[in-house]
Amino acid sequence: MSATSIETTVETMPAKKEFWRWQENVWVDESKDWKSAKLITCGIDVGSVSSQAVLVVDGELYGFNSMRTGNNSPDSATNALQGVMDKCGMQLSDIHYVVGTGYGRVNVPFAHKAITEIACHARGANYMGGNSVRTILDMGGQDCKAIHCDEKGKVTNFLMNDKCAAGTGRGMEVISDLMQIPIAELGPRSFDIDAEPDAVSSVCVVFAKSEALGLLKAGYTKNKVIAAYCQAMAERVVSLLERIGVEEGFFITGGIAKNPGVVKRIEKLLGIKAMETKVDSQIAGALGAALFGYTLMQKQGAKAA
Amino acid sequence: MIANYGYKDGSGEYYISIDTDKCIDCAAGRACLEACPKQMFEVITDDYDDEVVWVKKPNCRTLAYDCSACKPTAGYASLPCTLACTPGAIKHSW
Repeated sequence: MSATSIETTVETMPAKKEFWRWQENVWVDESKDWKSAKLITCGIDVGSVSSQAVLVVDGELYGFNSMRTGNNSPDSATNALQGVMDKCGMQLSDIHYVVGTGYGRVNVPFAHKAITEIACHARGANYMGGNSVRTILDMGGQDCKAIHCDEKGKVTNFLMNDKCAAGTGRGMEVISDLMQIPIAELGPRSFDIDAEPDAVSSVCVVFAKSEALGLLKAGYTKNKVIAAYCQAMAERVVSLLERIGVEEGFFITGGIAKNPGVVKRIEKLLGIKAMETKVDSQIAGALGAALFGYTLMQKQGAKAA
Repeated sequence: MIANYGYKDGSGEYYISIDTDKCIDCAAGRACLEACPKQMFEVITDDYDDEVVWVKKPNCRTLAYDCSACKPTAGYASLPCTLACTPGAIKHSW
């Protein structure tokens, strides 16, 4: 086959549908005017799968952008911030302080400080859910964190599992692609079953994938396989939560918080209902970072470089 | 704050917990830094501006192997790190 015919073949191939692709969001609070603000701080959370930029104006959430992380952290941070600044006509010079968080936090080119995502998620959850939040579960793209905090959002106990992708967003993306079902539909469809199946037995995403295929071959419907995977994911993260001790005031952050198939099963296992919020659960880390920046500006009079 | 460093995988749970409240004003002169044969501990300034010890990042994913030489099966009656940490801030989950 000649090079030209290969090119022609590639061009005529239908684009592969990306079932795992989740909704990116940009939002700005139109009721506020940032130009009259005294302090504008920004939090940038560069995660392994998604990046968020959050703007906090005088200590209140003003706007955010949540998008997929690109192939390098500095560009992802820049693009996330640019997205929300374009939406409200702001420029980087208008922002007084920037805090970076997430696994790419040290690679945010315009950040004045880097703070771990553990502390930022606790702070963000405290803002989103109020000062009764005590137990936080962050189900990130490629890791999972269980956090306990006090009434001020200060971390009192935490653990993070970033060695294994079981119980993470990436695991759900893999199952979404395997089942060829859009990721947003996985949760609702996991309840469209006759009887709740046993969880897939493997805790490894790679083996869970092959186990899911085995279940399909054994006659399971797609919905039943999804239910089995959601249950496995729930069991996995609950075991992490139990290690730090679960207390009322349970809050879930990260993308998986949008998947009722996992959330409802976690609630059932714990016997506690997760707190609800109107704010996008994925921005908790960046929001916490921006709030840390606000506090630093207030307490120390930190000045932008 | 209780900081848990480590992981859970198919083979079990491997966490080293450090009670930072006991670690901040270390009465043992940071003896854990020298006691660990693998030099896994390191002093850092945490998010709340306290100087505490943590487990180095690369070791957090290999604890089961890194600590095996100090476990009872290797002839130790007690772990060198927990023995050195007289305030009792360091604990192993396994």
